Amino acid sequence: MRAFWKANQLKLAPWLFLAPGIFMFALYVILPVFQSLDISFYAWDGLGEKEYVGLDNYVELMDDEAFYTALQNNIIWLVLYMLAVPAGLFVALFLNQTVRGIRIYKSLFFFPFVISQVVVGLVFSWFYDPTNGLMNVLLNAIGFDSIAVLADERFVTYGIIVAGLWPQTAYCMILYLTGLNSVDPEQIEAGRLDNAKGWRMLWYIILPQLRPATFIAVVVTVIGALRSFDLISIMTSGGPWGSSRVLAYYMYEQAFSEYGFRMGYGAAIAVVLFLIMMVYIAGFLYKMYRDERGH
Amino acid sequence: MFPTPIEKTAPSVQLIYKIALPIALILWLLPLIAVAVTSIRSAGDITAGNYWGWPTSFNMLENYTAVFTDSPIGKYILNSFKVTIPTVIGTLILSCMTGFALGIYRFKSNMLVFFMFVAGNFIPFQILMVPVRDLTLSMGMYNTTTGLALFHIAFQTGFCTLFMRNFIKNLPRELIEVARVEGVSEIKIFWYVVLPLMKPAIAALSVLIFTFIWNDYFWATVLTQGADTQPVTAGLYSLNGQWVAKWHLVSAGSIVAAMPPVLMFFAMQKHFIAGLTLGAVK
Repeated sequence: MRAFWKANQLKLAPWLFLAPGIFMFALYVILPVFQSLDISFYAWDGLGEKEYVGLDNYVELMDDEAFYTALQNNIIWLVLYMLAVPAGLFVALFLNQTVRGIRIYKSLFFFPFVISQVVVGLVFSWFYDPTNGLMNVLLNAIGFDSIAVLADERFVTYGIIVAGLWPQTAYCMILYLTGLNSVDPEQIEAGRLDNAKGWRMLWYIILPQLRPATFIAVVVTVIGALRSFDLISIMTSGGPWGSSRVLAYYMYEQAFSEYGFRMGYGAAIAVVLFLIMMVYIAGFLYKMYRDERGH
Repeated sequence: MFPTPIEKTAPSVQLIYKIALPIALILWLLPLIAVAVTSIRSAGDITAGNYWGWPTSFNMLENYTAVFTDSPIGKYILNSFKVTIPTVIGTLILSCMTGFALGIYRFKSNMLVFFMFVAGNFIPFQILMVPVRDLTLSMGMYNTTTGLALFHIAFQTGFCTLFMRNFIKNLPRELIEVARVEGVSEIKIFWYVVLPLMKPAIAALSVLIFTFIWNDYFWATVLTQGADTQPVTAGLYSLNGQWVAKWHLVSAGSIVAAMPPVLMFFAMQKHFIAGLTLGAVK
């Protein structure tokens, strides 16, 4: 036994170290993906017998207007959430100075990211409040009528996205601040000698060096956009009339809420969301694979 | 340094920058300032619609006491700790080991296992929701803080493995080679050689995971219900339903709920940012 261990230690050790982690991860993350895939072919209320229905759930999705609303909102989220990346860069450039007290400014600008999205949602609900919210008080002060952002189908998704952009911009800002720290000063000097200034300097010399920061910022922003759930749940519960739902929220509503326990249908929605996310996951893994090979 | 250091610009530009800085900060935190101001107003001000004028009285003590005495927020906060602390500890134990295995050993399926952790970390929660709820139910841990913590431990292991593995990979390999030549066993290498060097990574991840889990809302609503088990994020949502239009209480409650991660962040800022920006600079 001892001899066997001595001889094969190097081969066995990694798997012993990995075993608990792999077990937990497989049980709670990997396996459930396949289980959901399976459930999406059944009609199931979560308690009784499952009934196999083949592709019926997916066929129903094709004709479900609420599904298209949610999908469309997901796309709006994905596109507009991306604003967090340039906005974060802008704030980072603004704060990348060495004046007195700048460190406190940096951490206070980062502040929105540390607080929970539930709190962010409540803060913005209060901000948008149609009668007394700060936004409308300010609008009225400059002579505009109040806008009930969260009760208006036209504005509601944009209103929630603005709330989401607040912490997300802070996140991107901190990524860029760290990136700016490691920009090569010699290249900047060389650029200055070549008379590169302002935008040209930013575009041709700074941004290429910030590429790793930009990559991470885009990745976390895409994931954040596709994961958007908390804010919608807190601020509108998907309303008014389901107009602010995204796939993540619609799935939850179908599977767990007072609207009934349609686990199979919910799982089918989750599978669609998963496939969208998979495009990004595959891209990320491909890039990582290339980087690892490059070493 | 880019942009040009402000000290090297004209005095007028310097002045503008110094004025713009606090103004920008106030605008940036305006929604939060509004909440902080509301949280010290009296109920009378709120019903009279005096939200933005000078408060008739400062009710900071009353409001914050009311939040604790009239609602189970104390219980919610305790639940949050009961979920968050075991998750931080459990995740760190698992990911120190997985990170060590993937960062040190070269074996065939190393990359495959690593990519499994990384990919799993990006999965949308909804695809896990139904099966994880079933699993938790069948283990008899639905509506317990343990059940919630177990899921968090498993899921966060993905991100933490990525973090730990990259950190360990950058440690000097010679240390390990030397120990092996000396005949030190692999477990002792892990414990005495590598683990002490991982302190910065452990510190960074603890703050980060603490914040992530404290702020989790989705899984709290999926796996728990009621004041006996729900963490403060989910609790705040139900309190918001009870406190309709009592914005002074909602505001005070929000601030109370946000406090622990905020304090954690300010106390361990360097570690937090080091954890967050991993991979952003290379």
